[in-house]
Amino acid sequence: MATDSLTFIFFNAFLANNFVLAMFLGLCPFLGVSGKLNTAVPMGLATSFVMLVSSVCAYFLNEVLVAFNIEYLRLISYIVVIASAVQLVEMTLKKLSPALFRSLGIYLPLITTNCAILGLALFQTFKEYNFMQSLAYALGAGAGFILALLLMAGLRERLDLAKLPSVTQGAALSLILGGLLSLAFMGFAGLGAE
Amino acid sequence: MSLIKQDDRITVDTFLEGIWRENPVFVMMLGMCPVLAVTNSAINALAMGLATAFVLVASSLLVSLFRNLIPSEVRIATYIVIISTFVTIVDYTMQALSQEVYNALGAFIQLIVVNCIILGRAEACASRNKPLKSMVNAAGMGLGFTLALLCLGVVREILGSGSLFGLPLFSEQFQPWVVMVLPPGGFLVLGGWLLFFEWLKTRKQYA
Repeated sequence: MATDSLTFIFFNAFLANNFVLAMFLGLCPFLGVSGKLNTAVPMGLATSFVMLVSSVCAYFLNEVLVAFNIEYLRLISYIVVIASAVQLVEMTLKKLSPALFRSLGIYLPLITTNCAILGLALFQTFKEYNFMQSLAYALGAGAGFILALLLMAGLRERLDLAKLPSVTQGAALSLILGGLLSLAFMGFAGLGAE
Repeated sequence: MSLIKQDDRITVDTFLEGIWRENPVFVMMLGMCPVLAVTNSAINALAMGLATAFVLVASSLLVSLFRNLIPSEVRIATYIVIISTFVTIVDYTMQALSQEVYNALGAFIQLIVVNCIILGRAEACASRNKPLKSMVNAAGMGLGFTLALLCLGVVREILGSGSLFGLPLFSEQFQPWVVMVLPPGGFLVLGGWLLFFEWLKTRKQYA
């Protein structure tokens, strides 16, 4: 498969180079919001949506920056675009579903400082993807993020019922679980990681 | 996260807090992405730690100097702009100093912008303290972060490539645990360190 085909880009970001488990982007929500399935799903969806919006914005912004030869402003302008996209999602959610808005709480504004989103914008610029490729990349990354959150939340819900040694409670256990999931995802490298 | 009190005295604790009691990585679990992503060798860990510490101290100084001028409604946006200015400086400096390290760290230098430790310090400490105190506190946090990164980087490099700062440690027979320099190793080693600290804590309680 050609490495610049849309399907390859999608599956590369979704499985083989999963943003959370292979590239370590967006670990804060991965460890913080993955306690329960019913908060993990909306969080994943909100993050993916912001990814899509900011990926599109970042693409056009980069065109402008390159046209005016001011690439050193890239970082600052990307982060401003992302912050506005998060604000947009926040207002939409508040209007459409106040209950969900409350249950996500502090994690919603924190999407701004989720490195998966800035990372996505930066990587698509480094890799010089065109518009459609950027879209496929954003969709794949978003789907991969949701998948990782879901797997983790499912595992942690099960482990709540298990009897564990007192030392392993909390973050240490989540990290080791993350390590095992990451080991499993390494298998997808056989699909042809970039 | 405990808020630092309004008094202006700079104590040893202002500095040490970031290294031990409120270590950003091991205790507060902040800024995890670079912690796991760039610690596959000790030298990368050190470079990343120092870059973050520089941004932390410099942006704390600037936020603290302007703390009475920044309106509270737009403070987060202002902090982000200040931080990303310094990150851009670090990015270009790093590129000029060592292309090799710059390539190894990749986008993670630019991703310092979204490291929650820096924004957290700006919000919790620099925005309500005098410049000198904020800088001392930020330096402690930066050092704590660098030490934590080194803890991971050293273990992962020894196990994963059998070397330390690029110098081989073992004879030819040593079979490196390749998985330690790959992504799962980051999760497992950090998990291991946390287990170790938790075990120390419980042992102290029962002693």
